[in-house]
Amino acid sequence: MSKKISISKAIGEAMHEEMLRDPNVIIMGEDMGKMGNVFGITVGFQEEFGENRVIDTPISESGFCGMAVGAAMRGIRPVVELMYDDFITVAADPILNQAAKMRYMTGGQATVPMVLRLPMGAGRRNAGQHSQCLENMFCHTPGLKVIAPSTAKDAKGLLKSAIRDDDPVICMEHKLLYAKKEQIPEEEYTIPLGVADVKREGSDITIITWSREVYFALEAAEKLAAEGIQAEVLDLRTLVPLDWDAIVASVSKTHNVIVVSEEVKRGSYAAEISAQIAEELFDELDAPVERVCGLNIVSPFSPTLEDENFPHPENIVAAVKKVLNR
Amino acid sequence: MNMYQTMLRIRAFETKAAECFTKGMLAGNIHLCIGQEAVPTGACMALEPDDYMTSTHRGHGHCIAKGASLDKMLAELFGKETGYCKGKGGSMHIADVAGLHSLGANGIVGAGIPIAAGSALASKIYGDKHVTLCFFGDSASNQGTFHEAVNMAAAWKLPVVFLCENNNYGVSVNIHSVTNTDTIAVRAKAYDIPGKTVDGNDPVVVYEAVKKAVDYAREGNGPSIVECMTFRHQGHYCGDPANYRPASYMEEAHEKDAIPNMRKRLLENGVATEEELQAIEAAVQEELEAAYVFADTSAYPNPAEATTDVYSSDNERSVVR
Repeated sequence: MSKKISISKAIGEAMHEEMLRDPNVIIMGEDMGKMGNVFGITVGFQEEFGENRVIDTPISESGFCGMAVGAAMRGIRPVVELMYDDFITVAADPILNQAAKMRYMTGGQATVPMVLRLPMGAGRRNAGQHSQCLENMFCHTPGLKVIAPSTAKDAKGLLKSAIRDDDPVICMEHKLLYAKKEQIPEEEYTIPLGVADVKREGSDITIITWSREVYFALEAAEKLAAEGIQAEVLDLRTLVPLDWDAIVASVSKTHNVIVVSEEVKRGSYAAEISAQIAEELFDELDAPVERVCGLNIVSPFSPTLEDENFPHPENIVAAVKKVLNR
Repeated sequence: MNMYQTMLRIRAFETKAAECFTKGMLAGNIHLCIGQEAVPTGACMALEPDDYMTSTHRGHGHCIAKGASLDKMLAELFGKETGYCKGKGGSMHIADVAGLHSLGANGIVGAGIPIAAGSALASKIYGDKHVTLCFFGDSASNQGTFHEAVNMAAAWKLPVVFLCENNNYGVSVNIHSVTNTDTIAVRAKAYDIPGKTVDGNDPVVVYEAVKKAVDYAREGNGPSIVECMTFRHQGHYCGDPANYRPASYMEEAHEKDAIPNMRKRLLENGVATEEELQAIEAAVQEELEAAYVFADTSAYPNPAEATTDVYSSDNERSVVR
């Protein structure tokens, strides 16, 4: 049996089910309680679970992220939201220096089972401090796991696994996907971290991507199919740990790859994946790996400017044709 | 007597660590708390054994007062596999999470303050009766984390005691040249919580002030700030000549040095005889020598250990890529 719900609702269901299952799961963040989150994800949670478990924090990102680390070291499983992933800049120390490193620096003694949910991404005309995709910052930091689901089913299943995981997990959620309604299973399920998903099979080229760009890649693949090019869309779903086996399997089949993400191109995680493929799968490749990313600019406000700053289906089509020399 | 012994163990440990550092046996940096021994000694005595604690970059004394093994501490400073953190943290990161409920020292000034408040939040959620003691220095009180964490702890009445070790210097900068208030404890008024400045050179005074704050927290009344005025005899790190301080600082520090003063007091009040004190002193030296041998003869970690303990699950795959 399946049901059709929005991605934001699927994220809410994941947290709700885990809170019912485990009394140590709590929610912290700005406007998560009375208001039920700015996207309505936790409406009614505080009435149901109480103020001790659904905590409206002050605007103190560094403070409450640090508190989540301390609580997690005591066995609480905080699911913390920064209203926008851009705000990580004021909470960088508790996440990048404390949560990520605590296990290693204590020689394996400390466990920090927290999830940091980060609404991200461009397209809402929110300008440069509310629109970034900062996957690279988290993927770069040893000790963090990173998920970036694209569908309602993946978002729910992965978030449930993330909450149960004993490592700090960064959950990157594209804001423009929240309202998208999709079928998900009625019954309870989880999706393991570190397993990519082929969203469309193809034999001519692999499009490696994640989050919102999955939909643009699928749109591009449709257009390409009309021209006789069969593109495989590999949705990574989890960025760390990376499902390298899935990449090898797909690239060994298609022998051509592009990596698509909404990040600033320079130093992006897309660049990292591109480098790994170039280093280790060179013999499989018929052409150099191409990255299709945002520009190396500040995310602009005006629609005509912002739309320049993330890959659209036509950019993906053009990149595929360039790689295939068509 | 217990206090005297604890203070002595801290000083002996620090003295030994400095000696090893000067001989080039220790890598990196160490921050010594010689002169500040009375603060952790009195403060940790006010805790129950299963209460929690966060420490700082100048944290050896906190760990010893909480009950840490000198063997495993010195081995960690040596970067040996037998250290508290298997040689992965070093001097600034000694922790004993499950055993001593010591949630770790921290290399980032002020970072332990929200972690302590978070531990106290966990106690509130669990409904347990543990109190968390949060050590921080005078300069950490100027980090944003201090304001954010104390504010939340006060708003939610969390069972935490914020203990400021005020040695007047943040590395080279005098606290009064960067802070407008006479004390750090006066900031408690801003959060409507108790705040008190006490003589940090007397472990009994520290104990009494912290005990009051611990009881207050355990009874569900929320956090307090206890500020202990103390002296850092050495520079910021081992090797720092500290020539930014006036000579009067060290004159006062020696005059108020808790260890000789406590020794005198014990003798004058007839609590201990000279022989008894000498026996304690000899036992501490012996313990230190044994710790030194343990640390020195322990093995360095196998290089293959570099890639373990990054993740609790899926470690290998997450480290390879």
